[in-house]
Amino acid sequence: MSKLMTMKEAIGRFVRDGDTIVIEGFTHLICFAAGHEIIRQRRRELTVCRLTPDLIYDQLIGAGCVRRLVFSWAGNPGAGPLHALRRAVEQGVPNSIELEEYSHFGMVARLAAGAAKLPFYPLRDYKGSDLPRVNPQIKTVTCPFTGEELAAVPALNPDTAIIHVQRADENGNAHVWGLMGVQKEAAFASRHTIVVAEEIVPESVIRADPNRTLIPGLIVDAVVHEPFGCHPSYAQGYYDRDNAFYIAWRELSQDVANFNAYLDEWVYGVRDRGEYVERMGSALTRLKASERYCEPVNYGY
Amino acid sequence: MATEFTANELMICQAARQLRDDEVVFVGIGLPNIACNLARRLHAPDLVLIYESGAVGAAPTRLPISIGDPSLVTDSLSVCSMFDVFNYYLQGGLVDVGFLQGAQIDRFGNLNTTVIGDYAHPKVRLPGSGGACEIALLAKRVFVIAPQRKRSFPERVDFVTSPARPAMVVTDLGCYEFVDGEIVLMSIHPGCTIEQARENTGWEVAIADDLRLTEPPTADELRVIRDMMI
Repeated sequence: MSKLMTMKEAIGRFVRDGDTIVIEGFTHLICFAAGHEIIRQRRRELTVCRLTPDLIYDQLIGAGCVRRLVFSWAGNPGAGPLHALRRAVEQGVPNSIELEEYSHFGMVARLAAGAAKLPFYPLRDYKGSDLPRVNPQIKTVTCPFTGEELAAVPALNPDTAIIHVQRADENGNAHVWGLMGVQKEAAFASRHTIVVAEEIVPESVIRADPNRTLIPGLIVDAVVHEPFGCHPSYAQGYYDRDNAFYIAWRELSQDVANFNAYLDEWVYGVRDRGEYVERMGSALTRLKASERYCEPVNYGY
Repeated sequence: MATEFTANELMICQAARQLRDDEVVFVGIGLPNIACNLARRLHAPDLVLIYESGAVGAAPTRLPISIGDPSLVTDSLSVCSMFDVFNYYLQGGLVDVGFLQGAQIDRFGNLNTTVIGDYAHPKVRLPGSGGACEIALLAKRVFVIAPQRKRSFPERVDFVTSPARPAMVVTDLGCYEFVDGEIVLMSIHPGCTIEQARENTGWEVAIADDLRLTEPPTADELRVIRDMMI
């Protein structure tokens, strides 16, 4: 049965007030289209998890959707701090938020434990760092075989994962190439998964190259077709990262009025991603990726 | 060689010269990225660049603005998940050199990228660890590139994000190494003075008996750096 639906429907069904969500993608394949729909539906009291909150969580925080942020590196990559996050932390604007912070390895380990349905994950980390002092969730465990003391972090099992992919079939079997971050772990760890795809393809396209399937349809609840759904993030082979937007955000987000004007124009002011793409026009099409195809492989036997 | 050069160019060269061919280096964005790509194009063509985003053996043809730039994927040797990067490559002991930066570095090599001031009520909230804490603990050697100011070189950092014991710290004034767990000025850059190094350190900094003058960048090094910066 097809799981295809609109973004409005997918967010309406699988992101509720008070939920814990993860929109993953390390620089690559960050689903801004889903973040914008969450803002449009005015979700509140969310716990949002991501290694790198990036601009998408800066926007969710500034829009008042967030109660708690679980993360490992909070900045505008290559362009300074996240100003809406700082306003929330330092001044409680528009509301104060709680921070729960790890290192990247700690967040990866939390999602890996969550995906494997284990209670925690051991790692050689944090010895001598102040992070365990400010985050009591980072503990130690003694290896029952060697007696070595290891760091341990608890499983993270979000309510919903939102994963952007290059192509998927209507059941959610999804091909991803380029940087894969922790998307697989995030999807397997979450109770629900929304797959958002640049292209919807027949199942035969997936079956012709099964090694490229990062997310299997059996853990997917909803499939959304959303071309340019990552902008200003990127999709390898489809469009480049809009670095100019990330740099412009540094100035734009410093001022609450400018921040709100951005949301009014580009989030509340559009019906859906389709209208955003239409209005962006050549600002998006100029980012179209160049062509670099690889050699085909033979799956025959 | 009387060619003019900037402090950044000198720092990049100093870092690049420490990298040996065939080593595996965990690359950070900014100056470390230029240093690694400089080494790869000059004396260390077989240097393996790993980015925490999952690109292994990356060969970027443009200067990546972020650590997850698509140019790190195109023509790399392998692209793996971040689970693989941190578990198999870093914790697995395959990383020879890791680069770190910090808003503060102290007398003992600890780095702070979390907060200035108190954690609960910070004066400045910084980005946090990212991969820095585990790079500090799991890479065989750690290099730090950081501009040197009194407030960024305190005796003790406000928050220990990364408990590093760097093999080398290169600043815009000189190069430091750790002797008996304490930072020591080993060479001073051309045009800089010991007095400047003292004034920009938050404690009475130790100076090597055989203090040297840092080798300035060669014409070759400057040409490659400037090619990359365009």
